[in-house]
Order: sequence, then structure tokens, then C-alpha cells
Amino acid sequence: MAAIEQDSESFSLGQLWSDKRYRAVVTQILVVAGVFLFIAYLATNAVQNLEALGKTFGFEFLWEPASYDINQALIDYNSRSPHIRAAVVGFLNTIVVAVAGCAFATVLGFVFGVLRLSHNWLINRIVYCFVEFTRNVPVLVQILLWHGIIVHTLPPPRDAINPIEGVFLSNRGFYVPEPVFEPAFWSVVVAFLGAIVGMFFFSRWAKKHQEATGQIYPVFSIGVAAIVGLPLIVFFIAGMPMSLEFPEMGTFNIRGDLVLKPEFTALWFALSVYTSAFIAEIVRAGIQSVSHGQTEASYALGIKPNWTMRLIIIPQALRVIVPPLTSQYLNLTKNSSLAIAIGYMDIVATLGGITLNQTGKEMECMMIVLLIYLSISLVISAFMNWYNKRIALVER
Amino acid sequence: MSKLKVLLAASALTVVGAAGANAATLDDIKAKGFVQCGVSTGVPGFSFTDDAGNWQGFDPAVCQGVAAAIFGDTSKVKYTPTTGKTRFTALASGEIDMLARNTTWTLSRDADLGFTFVGVNYYDGQGFMVPKALGVSSAKQLDGASVCIQTGTTTELNLADYFRLNNMSYEPVPIETNEEARTNYLAGRCDVYTTDASGLAASRAAFDDPSAHTILPEIISKEPLGPLVREGDEPWGDIVRWTLNAMITAEEYGVSSANVDDMVANSDNPEIRRLLGVEGNMGEMLGLDAKWGYNVIKQVGNYGEVFEKYIGSNTPIGLERGINAQYKDGGLIYSPPIR
Repeated sequence: MAAIEQDSESFSLGQLWSDKRYRAVVTQILVVAGVFLFIAYLATNAVQNLEALGKTFGFEFLWEPASYDINQALIDYNSRSPHIRAAVVGFLNTIVVAVAGCAFATVLGFVFGVLRLSHNWLINRIVYCFVEFTRNVPVLVQILLWHGIIVHTLPPPRDAINPIEGVFLSNRGFYVPEPVFEPAFWSVVVAFLGAIVGMFFFSRWAKKHQEATGQIYPVFSIGVAAIVGLPLIVFFIAGMPMSLEFPEMGTFNIRGDLVLKPEFTALWFALSVYTSAFIAEIVRAGIQSVSHGQTEASYALGIKPNWTMRLIIIPQALRVIVPPLTSQYLNLTKNSSLAIAIGYMDIVATLGGITLNQTGKEMECMMIVLLIYLSISLVISAFMNWYNKRIALVER
Repeated sequence: MSKLKVLLAASALTVVGAAGANAATLDDIKAKGFVQCGVSTGVPGFSFTDDAGNWQGFDPAVCQGVAAAIFGDTSKVKYTPTTGKTRFTALASGEIDMLARNTTWTLSRDADLGFTFVGVNYYDGQGFMVPKALGVSSAKQLDGASVCIQTGTTTELNLADYFRLNNMSYEPVPIETNEEARTNYLAGRCDVYTTDASGLAASRAAFDDPSAHTILPEIISKEPLGPLVREGDEPWGDIVRWTLNAMITAEEYGVSSANVDDMVANSDNPEIRRLLGVEGNMGEMLGLDAKWGYNVIKQVGNYGEVFEKYIGSNTPIGLERGINAQYKDGGLIYSPPIR
């Protein structure tokens, strides 16, 4: 207390620089101020240049009719909808391909990562070649390759491959029958939700029971059986309240609402496969980071091999896997902007492409696109950081 | 690729925008020694690279004309291939001095995007091309079709309006360049390719079997195509405008690259004499050499010569003059007087 009073009494301006404690704060303030000044300079420069070009800065154009059509829209959209709606359509398309890509890449990556550790020489080498090939070819080339394969090797709609009734495979897309739900279908939904809630309580009870008595129930198998089986039983009791609407051949195209367009499929596969190669290596590194002594110790305690994997190896491996996995998800999401090369209508193609071109609002459009990618990436990071914290090793 | 270009151009906008907008473009061009000209990434006949890798065609000819008018040398042009999407940013940012790239003159591009269209070198309209095997004879039968379309063009907007007004549905298949459109169309990714009718004819001429494809009779829009420059430098716009007009006037008065020397020596038609710089001081008014018109005609040719050389009925493109004939032959090609 006394020391602080002494400090404040003997404070002089020169101390701001000579005193280590103040200096740290002062330099930080100066750097931050410098950064803000630079940004302000760039902003005023841009505004002045736009003025010199006779352009105004504003976002009113977003409410003008877009006047162009989009071939994949998750929400209601037509050419009279405003630019902002076109932007939302593009944003949703970005999200769809990013989420589907991350999910598929994770599954592929874990499978390949585990296979890469296989003791079978052939499997090991095949996966090794796959990983090296995939991660060393630029992702844009892979996107174009997948698109080329789909458009050039699959038949046109008239000769579409029709493996089972209602499923069509053509170079215009992959069509499946659309389920049409009748009113009684709600009972199935209720059964499904009921099964999930039931299993939640059952697993809690099973855990308590195990802790108390040591008796183990196969919670996972029972859970799958209940969540899949119960709705199925209700479905048949209710008299199958759902019909399938089959896609049918129109004059030019197959007509059906449930379709994967070639552009989406190509982008999805290319991004997933490319990223999965990196994830495979991350998974391999994660598993190898857990020393073999852990496995041996576990066996010595009489724990079964698959339990060893689930309870000993994976929790420790995940610590190593999750942080770099986050980067891969971010990469995949940002790489999805290459969609433009094959005409998949994501946010870059709609707002950053056609809208920008038709309205001439370069600055505004690119700013929005930039902010959107930034937000998506930050959300992914936040989620993965939360998950990382959850699975981090609890030191006791 | 092009996304990068948009980004680069957008950032360039913040840096060079002010410099590019109001400075005297002609002085800049004279200082750097060449005209930077935006062309398309390739449309047979309209703009393509020859065996030596030089840009040739109906659109680059305008750039060459401008270079001839300024430097007396058609080779003093550097070309920037632009897509439908990158072209305007390239011009607005000052990356290119002029754009000669089958670009439609519209009010919003003229007024809102801040460009000046200096004239029309081809009167076009949007059409549809389909494989003959489809058995389609009218655009009205295209309900439900997949349509390949270049993004960032007026054709994209016309297409949306046409199908909406006719209560038809379609699947737009957006593509970036004419070359991509050709690949997707021939692979059967789309049933229909739509762009300006001239572009369709040009693309079809380059197919392995042009006779297997037909261009439907409906023309659904007006597409006056012409060169354009940035707004705000009128003297520079005048040079491009009058270079084009000189080529049109030359055809009107029968001056061609073959007889231009003879005309200089012997013609007593005052309009021809002013055009070729024998009398009057037209060149000086434009800030150019007195022989600017002579150089354009001598080195590039008149409008008709250029048309016949690259896209006319004797070329594989095989376009008729049609409404692109001189006004005295019943067409729309017309130059204000050079006086």
C-alpha cells in the first residue's frame, strides 16, 4: 500500500518511457493507435477513390430485385427476389457444402487414418499412396477433375442409370424418390423422440448401476435398437403413413425435388477427399502419440481390446487430434469458395459474383463476403475450442 | 482464378482508383507506349489468339485501330483477357484503358457503373442453340430445360425474364467463359446454350460437327455491342469513338486498306480528305497526328473489311451483314460526319 502511494507521488512524464511497467502499456497503446490510423487511412482512401469514380457507398442495392436465377436454392427464391435473398441462398449453399464436406471428410479421414496404421502391408501402402496423391494435388484441380468425371462419364438424363426404381444417376444429377408424409406420420416422430429421451435416462441409469454393482449393459446396442426399432414398429402399426414420390422423366430433364446436382457432388467429393488426406495423417499422428505402454498396461489389467481403444487410446489421441482438425475444417470451409470454378452457386458466386457484377458495388459486396467467411470461421473455431475443452485430459 | 482477379481489382480500386479516373489517359498511354485493351477470353472470330499467340478478331481490331490512330502502329497494344465478371472491375480500376469485348450497352452500365460507351460495332440479340437431336424448333418449347449461361452478363438477366414471362421453368447452369460453355454444352450438362446470336454462330463454327446444332429463331433481346471506356476522360473517349467512326466512314465512302494511298493522292471528296488528314485539322482536334485516320484504314482496314475478314460470310463463322450493314444498304451502321 505504501509503495503504491510512493509511486503515485513521484510520478513524472518521463517515467512513461523509462519505467518498465508503464512502457509496456504505452507501447501497446501506440501500436493499437497506429493500426487504427492505418485502417482509417485505407477506409478514407477507398471512400475518396469511390467518390472520384462517381460511385456511392451504400447497401440499398441489396433490396433491389436480383433478376437472375439460381439453380440450387434451399429457400424460396426466384429472379424477382432481392439481392439480399440471393445472398442468403448463396450463404446457405456455402454452409451446406461446408457442413457436408466436414462430416464426410472426418469419416473418410478417420477410416484412412486407422487403415494407415494397419499391419496389413497392402492396405497400409494403398492408403499411403492415396494420402500422398490427394494432398499433393491442388484442390482446384481436384474439383475440376471430379466435375469432369461426373459430367463426361455419366449418361445424359434420357439414358440415366436406373439401378432401382426411382433412383436415377445422370450427368445432370443424382435423383432419389421424395418421401411424402401423411398426417399420421407424427406418431413415428413422437416414437423417435421418445426413444431418444428414453435412452438418455437408460444410459444414465446403466452408468449408475455399473458404478454400484459392476454389472455392464450393452448400452450402445440397445440404444441403436431402440432409436431405430421403435419408430419402425410404430411406422408399421400406423399403417405406413408415408409414400414415395418417384422422379420421372420430363421433356428435357428428370423431374424430382430430391437431387444432388453435379456441381454440388463434385465440390463435396473434391473437398472431402482432399481434406480427408490431411485428417488421416492427423488421426495417425494422434493414435501414434499414445505410447504403446498404455495399451500393454490396459491389457495387463484385463481390459478387452475394443474397450482399451475406447477408454484408453481414443481419449488421449483426441487431445492431439482436435486442434489441428479445427484448422482442417476451417480450410475446407474457405476452400469451398473455389465453387465458382464449376458454377456451384455459393456466396462468392451469388453476392461476390453476379450481384457484384450487375450492381457494380465491388467494395460493399466483397466486404459482406469477407465478413461472412470470417463469421463462419469464428463459429467453427468457437465450437471446436469448446469441444477441445470438453475432451481435454482432466488432470487429477 | 477470376475470383482472385476480382479481389485484386477490388484492392487495386482502392489504390489506383483516383489516379486512373480523371488523369489524361492519352498522356499515360503515350508515356507507357501502348494501349492496354480488355478483350474476352476467346470467342471464335470475335477475339482469339492466332498461331503466333497474338490477339486477333473483330474486337481486338478496334484496339488495333486505336493504337494505329495514336502511334501509327497496330502492334502497340497489350491485351488483358477478361471474363464477363471481371471486365468491369478491370476497366473501373484502371487496369485497362478500354474494353472491346462484346459488351452490351445499357443505361445502368453507362450511368451507374460509370462507363462511357463510345459506339456500337455489332448489333446483336440473344438467341438459343440446341442440338438438332432434341427436335426443338422454338424457344417456347424449352420448358424444363437446362440452360448454360455465362454469369455476369445481360444474357443472364434476359434469360430469367424470358422464362418467367413465358411461365416456363429452367435450370440455369452458370459458367465463366465461352470455352467452358462449349465443354459443358457438348458434354450434355445442359440442353441449351444461350448468348448473343453472333457468339452462338461463332461457337458453333468451332464444333466438330456444326450441322448437328441449330440456333432457334427467337431473338429475345437487343444487344448493341461496342467498345467502352471509363467515364470522366472525354478526350480519351473521343479518340476511341472516332477511331470506330473513321472505320465506318471509310467503308461508307469506299476507302479501304487497298486503295487508301490512291485516295490520299487523288480523291477530291472533302469528307475523305478530312478523314485521311489531307485537309482540315481533325487529328489535331483529337490530340493526334494528322494522319491518324489514314493509319487506321491503312493498317486495320475499314469496318466492312474487318467484318469480312473475321466474322463475315466467307469465314467459318459465316455471319451475314444483316442489320450490321451500312445505313445506306438498309442496316444500322452509321457514323456521324467527320467535319
